[in-house]
Amino acid sequence: MSKISCEALSRTAEICEKFNCDPGELISILHECQNTLGYLPEEVQKVIADKLGIPVQKVYGVVTFYSFFSMVPKGKYPVSVCLGTACYVRGSDKVLEEFRRVLGIDVGETTPDGKFSLDCLRCVGACGLAPVATIGEKVYGRLNPSDIKKIVSEFED
Amino acid sequence: MENLINLTIDNRPVSVPKGTTVLDAAASIGINIPALCHIDLKGTCVKNSPASCRVCVVEVEGRRNLAPSCATMCMEGMVVKTNTARVIQARKTVAELILSDHPNDCLTCPKCGDCELQKLVTRFNIREMPYKGEQSFRKKEQTVAITRNMDKCILCRRCESVCNNVQTVGVLGAVRRGFATTIAPTFDKMFTETNCTYCGQCVAVCPTGALTERDNTDRLLDDICNPDKIVIAQPAPAVRVALGEEFGMPAGSIVTGKLTTALRYLGFDHVFDTDFGADLTIMEEGAEILQRLKAFLGGDKSVKLPIMTSCCPAWVNFYEHNYPDLLEYPSSAKSPAQMFGAIAKTYWADKMGIPRDKLVVVSIMPCLAKKYECERDEFKVDGNPDVDYSISTRELARLIKRSNIDFLSLPDTDFDKPLGESSGAAAIFGATGGVMEAALRTVYEVYTGKTLPRIEFHDVRGLDGIKEATIDLAGFPLKVCVAHTLGNARILMDRLRKGELDYHVVEVMACPGGCIGGAGQPYHHGDVEILKARTAAIYREDEGKPIRKSHENPDIKALYKEFLGEPLSERSHHLLHTRYFDKSL
Repeated sequence: MSKISCEALSRTAEICEKFNCDPGELISILHECQNTLGYLPEEVQKVIADKLGIPVQKVYGVVTFYSFFSMVPKGKYPVSVCLGTACYVRGSDKVLEEFRRVLGIDVGETTPDGKFSLDCLRCVGACGLAPVATIGEKVYGRLNPSDIKKIVSEFED
Repeated sequence: MENLINLTIDNRPVSVPKGTTVLDAAASIGINIPALCHIDLKGTCVKNSPASCRVCVVEVEGRRNLAPSCATMCMEGMVVKTNTARVIQARKTVAELILSDHPNDCLTCPKCGDCELQKLVTRFNIREMPYKGEQSFRKKEQTVAITRNMDKCILCRRCESVCNNVQTVGVLGAVRRGFATTIAPTFDKMFTETNCTYCGQCVAVCPTGALTERDNTDRLLDDICNPDKIVIAQPAPAVRVALGEEFGMPAGSIVTGKLTTALRYLGFDHVFDTDFGADLTIMEEGAEILQRLKAFLGGDKSVKLPIMTSCCPAWVNFYEHNYPDLLEYPSSAKSPAQMFGAIAKTYWADKMGIPRDKLVVVSIMPCLAKKYECERDEFKVDGNPDVDYSISTRELARLIKRSNIDFLSLPDTDFDKPLGESSGAAAIFGATGGVMEAALRTVYEVYTGKTLPRIEFHDVRGLDGIKEATIDLAGFPLKVCVAHTLGNARILMDRLRKGELDYHVVEVMACPGGCIGGAGQPYHHGDVEILKARTAAIYREDEGKPIRKSHENPDIKALYKEFLGEPLSERSHHLLHTRYFDKSL
């Protein structure tokens, strides 16, 4: 696991203070930390627990409960496959399976070179293009498992 | 009585104070509604009522759905039915669904016979498994004190409640969601990598076999059967007022005489008593109290007050983890069990000519943290522990049953000499406030040189979370405080850190009620009357003793005369005192 910088930890503390270190704001604080730092490693959760005066186990419980929160850094190109109803009935599970195979990682993981991470989500509001996946900000529609290898290769620099 | 609420339950009228749950109101007229996730050790802070299992549902007239009685408050005019066909069927289905992903390996489960889920299945007359759900295969953990098998967890959250709300240790909690949800230590680590104090209160409240003790009974049987080993026993004060429950005796039965006989029949070579160690603890800790008090009264500003007791191993772990800046406050005295071990393996072993490596000292404890205490490096000489290992009250009961001993018909016998002689002061170590009272009996008489007019200190007894008293010590008002549960200890330690703790002596025990409510005791299943009966028995045991003050124990006097010299002597320091370590994470 990558070493978190002191800067990231002081940024975490600042975010807690912005929310007055209120334990009731735990989810908001986690959201902002995740957006700022990209992930929520143990050290960050410890700082949050310390600032809010709650057991770190409570923080960890919330982090593992919501799929938005991640304890591993996202890749440079985060891949999200939609498993919403429309995409699912049009075969997004097979698309996801192909991403798994091509990238060699499971859902929630990041490739060792830090380039790609793989997640699934429920609906990006483009059901007409089902099945859909996003890589970074870019949306790919009407996907077929046979397209995946080519799409991934677009990001090989 | 204007605040009484009138309702009917199963066509029977009942009046209860406002704020009473339907579950408690029903219990008050002998209607025993089954419950599973709910536990309420009334009068202590041990409580868990998330209303999540739905086993305790009842029908309330005018309400469409079934109501969880543990979390539904009584209302004026309420009409409740606890045993309609709808309710009985719903309860049964709930239990069947809980079973659908349960391992159902009851035959070999460590909790078999004491499992609350198992009891419900019998009670609900479930004779087949209509639902077959997915099974979980989680990592199991065996520490020196606690065994964890979360496949058996039913997510009642009792352990989470005690770990967080009662003990404020904050190690156990729910992680993930849906079927993947489990109760785990922080970051899914092992207990050994966390702040866990091994107080074991999670084990004491777990309804199933998810959390149990580390079982040392096979190890003990091996040692007893080994002709090269001399195996000696030391049972703690709280064991003799609880062991009888495992054999169907009412809570609060004193079985000291049967206990010693059972230990002999099991094959222990000598049956001694941790109470002897307790008297010794009072001699050393009492001397330390007086030493610090005298320094304080002499104007020494650096003296650390209050002095805090250090008998409870979970409490020791708690301050080593959380208050490394305050490690000079607790007494340096070892616990009674460890003092016993240190004396047994030096003074007594030398007298008997038994080499250290042949002597096995086994403590029988109401406690699981004691198992951890035995493993501490500072309590070992060249890797050989002063107390080899510890078994719980429950483990002893299992061993007695396994060894074909009919406990109820056993004759009474006495402890062996010399490490079996003890005072009433030692007996009360098992209840919250007991160590304080025992210390006061000795400190008063040594300090004032007078005989105590009244030996009992009722202000420090009872189940209140934090108790205080002021004792007139020949004109000096000695302020003392007694806390049980680590949550109450935390309140005191936080005040101490801020410099706002105005006492001279503080006693802390980690478990509710003190050792009588320890995690190694027969399961109380949420019935506080059991703890009260054990406490009452502890004080009866004290009253029945011819000697009730530690400093009057003749064998303790002889030990000092022959071997130790004075309390706090160089030899006492070497054998009977310890130090604490910063174990903060």
